[in-house]
Amino acid sequence: MISQTTSGKRKRFNQRLMFWIFRILSLSVVGVLLVILSFIFIKGIGVISWDFLTESPTEGMTSGGIYPAIIGTLWLIAGSMIFAFPIGVLAGIYNQEYATWKPLKNLIRIMTNNLSGIPSIVFGLFGMALFVNKLGFGDSIIAGSLTLGLLVLPVVIRTTEESLAAVDNTFRHASLALGASKWQTTRKVVFPIAFPNVITGLILSIGRVSGETAPILFTVAAYFLPKLPTGIYDQVMALPYHLYVLATSGTDIETARPIAYGTALVLIAIVLIINILANVLRNYFGKKFKVK
Amino acid sequence: MKVIETVDLNVYYKEVHALKNVTMSMNKNSITALMGPSGCGKSTYLRALNRMNDLIEGCKITGQVLIEEEDAYAKGVRVDELRKKVGMVFQKPNPFPMSIFENVAYGLRVNGIRDKKFINNQVEKALSQSALLDEVKDSLKKSAMDLSGGQQQRLCIARALVIEPSVVLMDEPTSALDPISSAKIEELMFSLKKNYTIVIVTHNIQQAARISDNTAFFYIGELIEYGSTKEIFTNPKHKRTQNYITGRFG
Repeated sequence: MISQTTSGKRKRFNQRLMFWIFRILSLSVVGVLLVILSFIFIKGIGVISWDFLTESPTEGMTSGGIYPAIIGTLWLIAGSMIFAFPIGVLAGIYNQEYATWKPLKNLIRIMTNNLSGIPSIVFGLFGMALFVNKLGFGDSIIAGSLTLGLLVLPVVIRTTEESLAAVDNTFRHASLALGASKWQTTRKVVFPIAFPNVITGLILSIGRVSGETAPILFTVAAYFLPKLPTGIYDQVMALPYHLYVLATSGTDIETARPIAYGTALVLIAIVLIINILANVLRNYFGKKFKVK
Repeated sequence: MKVIETVDLNVYYKEVHALKNVTMSMNKNSITALMGPSGCGKSTYLRALNRMNDLIEGCKITGQVLIEEEDAYAKGVRVDELRKKVGMVFQKPNPFPMSIFENVAYGLRVNGIRDKKFINNQVEKALSQSALLDEVKDSLKKSAMDLSGGQQQRLCIARALVIEPSVVLMDEPTSALDPISSAKIEELMFSLKKNYTIVIVTHNIQQAARISDNTAFFYIGELIEYGSTKEIFTNPKHKRTQNYITGRFG
């Protein structure tokens, strides 16, 4: 009979103990997220109504809706992605697939990492200096989108690089051995396999862009602007900045507090919906180019 | 007729001298097996023939590789054109995550062929040459990833054949497969011999004995012995060759 020994008992106890520590720690992360989300939900759900979503703020932002800010945020998400996604993906492809000279590759990588370490308020100041003043776009959607785009460019580049690096070299070799060029290999074989993971970069970027306040502060965001933008040179309201205003510098902060929570809830919901859509896209391509 | 000839071929990976003065040639419509213990240079030799070594950083080559009497490393040689002539099948089956049809058609498409009828014909021909057509003809649109390992490897062979190379290099093509699938691939090689010149790297000594016309034995970067398979297996001239084929080391 295989009987229990003291060392065996000890081993199993340690195993159990560590297992429970890991389990508790990871569950506590989920817990924190759930607490934040339910806090916002409970405090904010009360003001959510069709009118809240479709009307402008009224009476010094102590009542009315947040429609212009929702539209403004959607504009900024779209604008910054149109700018950052293609450039970031192409830069990532260059760095992972084409850059053969190590020093250049490393330089680009270090610079990309540094770029992602710059505080977002600095991006805001830079955007104001370059896009708003120097290039003369003024406070506008285009200036804000470009600034936000710069902010998330490193995220897109890094995820593209990592997604491409994860593609097994055997696919590259198989394609090249058939007389395909590097570009054909990248476009037809390597990139499609990497694409589902590249979309992860898009999702992360959208989350970042929709929540940032500092970069849009000096480049696009309006304190109060009840009319909708008619073009890319117009200013807009945006949800994160509107939230900041409601919480710190409205006309009557106490009265506006529920509206602030409502705004936060809408912001989270928008990000969530976009993420779900992007995930659907990712799963679609993931199935199509599944590697087994 | 000599389809492949190497003269004083040396390959270096940075400081490592991986292949030393290898001079040998292969005749048209023959199967040549390259064998030897791991790290002996047999795969390096194979990859020198279609310049896949170019992809390895720090790889340097001296000497000559002649494919159909043309210097593969001469100035002005286009690597993609060379690789159209010298096809390759890899150790692990590596079909692209596309349909069965598109996998085979890939080689034609990347080489600028658009004619649909021609592509259909070539794909069908390649699949029949690789003895896969009967199994997949009703499911050409299905993903190649749904095939079994052995079928995937035959698909990879079809993919290499579709552009009608004159040489097919095989780098341990059966080492990732079960015995039955391996036997099918070996059988296939026999029939391919009629139209192609085949060079196969193998770790499997019995396989080399079964399928090849000529056998080369490599050891630490050197070509120790090269001759007809019959000769090598019945009457090896070198002690090392004898030890290897009798299983005394490997």
